[in-house]
Amino acid sequence: MPALLSEIINYRFEIFAFLLFGIGFMNLLLQKNLIKKIIAFNVMDSSVFLFLASQGFIDGRAAPIVVDGVTDVHRYINPIPSGLVLTGIVVSVSVSAFFLALVQRLYKRYKTVEFDEIMVLAKKEAEK
Amino acid sequence: MLPWHYNIPFFCIFLCMTAGILMPLLRKGRASFYLTLCVCFTVTSLSAALCAILYTSGDSFTYQMGHFPAPWGNELFAGPLEALLATVFSLVMGLSLLGARRAAAEDILEPKQSFYHVMLCLLLAAMLALSYTNDIFTGYVFIEISTIAACAIVMARDTAHTTVATIRYLVISLLGSGLFLIGIVLMYGITGHLLMPQIQEEMLQIFANGEYTEPMTLVVGLLTVGVAIKSALFPFHAWLPQAHGSATTTSSAVLSGLVLKAYIILLVKVFYRCFTIEIIRSLRVTNVMFVFGVAGMLAGSLYAIREEHIKRMLAYSSVAQIGYIFMGIGLGTDIGIVAAIFQILAHALTKPLLFLSAGRLSEICGHEKEMYHLRGAAWRDKLAGVCFTLGGLSMIGIPLLAGFNVKYLLAQASLQNTVKMWIALLALAASSVLNALYYVPAILALWTPVSQAEQTPPPKNTGYRVAAPVLSALVLFLGFNSKPIVRIIELGLSLLKI
Repeated sequence: MPALLSEIINYRFEIFAFLLFGIGFMNLLLQKNLIKKIIAFNVMDSSVFLFLASQGFIDGRAAPIVVDGVTDVHRYINPIPSGLVLTGIVVSVSVSAFFLALVQRLYKRYKTVEFDEIMVLAKKEAEK
Repeated sequence: MLPWHYNIPFFCIFLCMTAGILMPLLRKGRASFYLTLCVCFTVTSLSAALCAILYTSGDSFTYQMGHFPAPWGNELFAGPLEALLATVFSLVMGLSLLGARRAAAEDILEPKQSFYHVMLCLLLAAMLALSYTNDIFTGYVFIEISTIAACAIVMARDTAHTTVATIRYLVISLLGSGLFLIGIVLMYGITGHLLMPQIQEEMLQIFANGEYTEPMTLVVGLLTVGVAIKSALFPFHAWLPQAHGSATTTSSAVLSGLVLKAYIILLVKVFYRCFTIEIIRSLRVTNVMFVFGVAGMLAGSLYAIREEHIKRMLAYSSVAQIGYIFMGIGLGTDIGIVAAIFQILAHALTKPLLFLSAGRLSEICGHEKEMYHLRGAAWRDKLAGVCFTLGGLSMIGIPLLAGFNVKYLLAQASLQNTVKMWIALLALAASSVLNALYYVPAILALWTPVSQAEQTPPPKNTGYRVAAPVLSALVLFLGFNSKPIVRIIELGLSLLKI
């Protein structure tokens, strides 16, 4: 049992990231409120970034910025995962912005952010 | 000094991006239309030249982006297959734009038109990048770019239907790209590389040691499901008919014909260049793809039979056609994938032809889209009628048309595996019958005899008159003479292996 416990503690970030991914994924799929859907999308993407960042960090090593002339590879972490996180954040911000703009447009038209109600209203509008 | 043609892939992507960024400066819809058209056809001619050069030399190359050499930097990879796909993608996009120009001008408000063309340029850039990229994270970024652009061109026609369809499309697409992203991240965690050849090096070592089999199955599963959601493989197709059926005709043609396929191309490249097809087969992911592909072939057609709305019918038919592609990949052999890629090309030419013709026919019937109102429409514009008939017959799989060669190649590819052979042959036969069950009635309804009085000459549509014959000629070319194309695909696939 202690072995399992120490494994869990070792991989706490990864486990937490996957829990968050599941929460985000299911909410993005099932949530009826469009704003909550956007939040869920952000939770899902953030979980991936958490996973990447935790994979990329090694205890006791520093960010790869040479200040005191030490160029030994084993003193620094790999900067690429952090770079990927940044790129991913840019992507997720732009998608969120697009999504929010879309929801705003729907809200102006139907005065609600509940997707069910919007579908009913849209059907009525199309029948006219 | 690099040979000049090494710059073509990057130049094409860059050209589309720059044109897209500069487009909003053009206030007039007309000007932005012609600029987009120029961009599409420039990309077509450059890519065709690249394809010819690479095919004759039997060569492929990697193009380094920026100043960081391989294992860190970003790269493009181009072989004859990628160049061929780029040619077809840009050509079909240009023709769709041209062929449905009148409909687009009516559906989209004048001040919004230049923004619509921005989205088309970005979409083309994303599709080119998806087929050329050698870096999986770049692949992800361009998947998201194409998601945004694709949703935007659905909602360009501002109606209640399209807005709801866009939200659905966006949500489902985000789920798909989320799965793809986590798959990439896991693969990066295990192999430590982002460039495909380096990943493959590590991957071969990992599999030689027999490590990480379960995580790798998970990675392949996540990538495949992500792509399957985004390219509407049955049972993830629910978003497609409304999005493709309610958008303006250009968007429908581009989305159904091209965007769905670009993701599959990336998946094939990942299979060949990150893994190898033998590893994928040993993980048994291909069997799952095969089953869902067959299910999609049948289910898509069954839905289409019930549909009375002509564009939604065509959209459901796309679900069936995507099933063919996945069935081809699911065979898990080189010739299966050759057949799948041939299907990608054949469908990329046939479906836009059908959508353009359907759009034209409904235009001359006062924008009605229900089959009932389109009776006899073919007599009023015979060219549109003939082109729709040609496309429909190709989908059914009549010999001498592109669709027949697809079925022939798939059937031939399935002969290698006894169990899959029977399922594949039966599914092909059943799916051809089902296709006939909705295309033949639609064609007959269009050619219902009408009285002379109703045969008023329709308004002229020059764009359609240029675009439809070109697409028809290409469909006929793929039907009459598939050999050169198949040879290019075979050469391209063999060059994907390192």
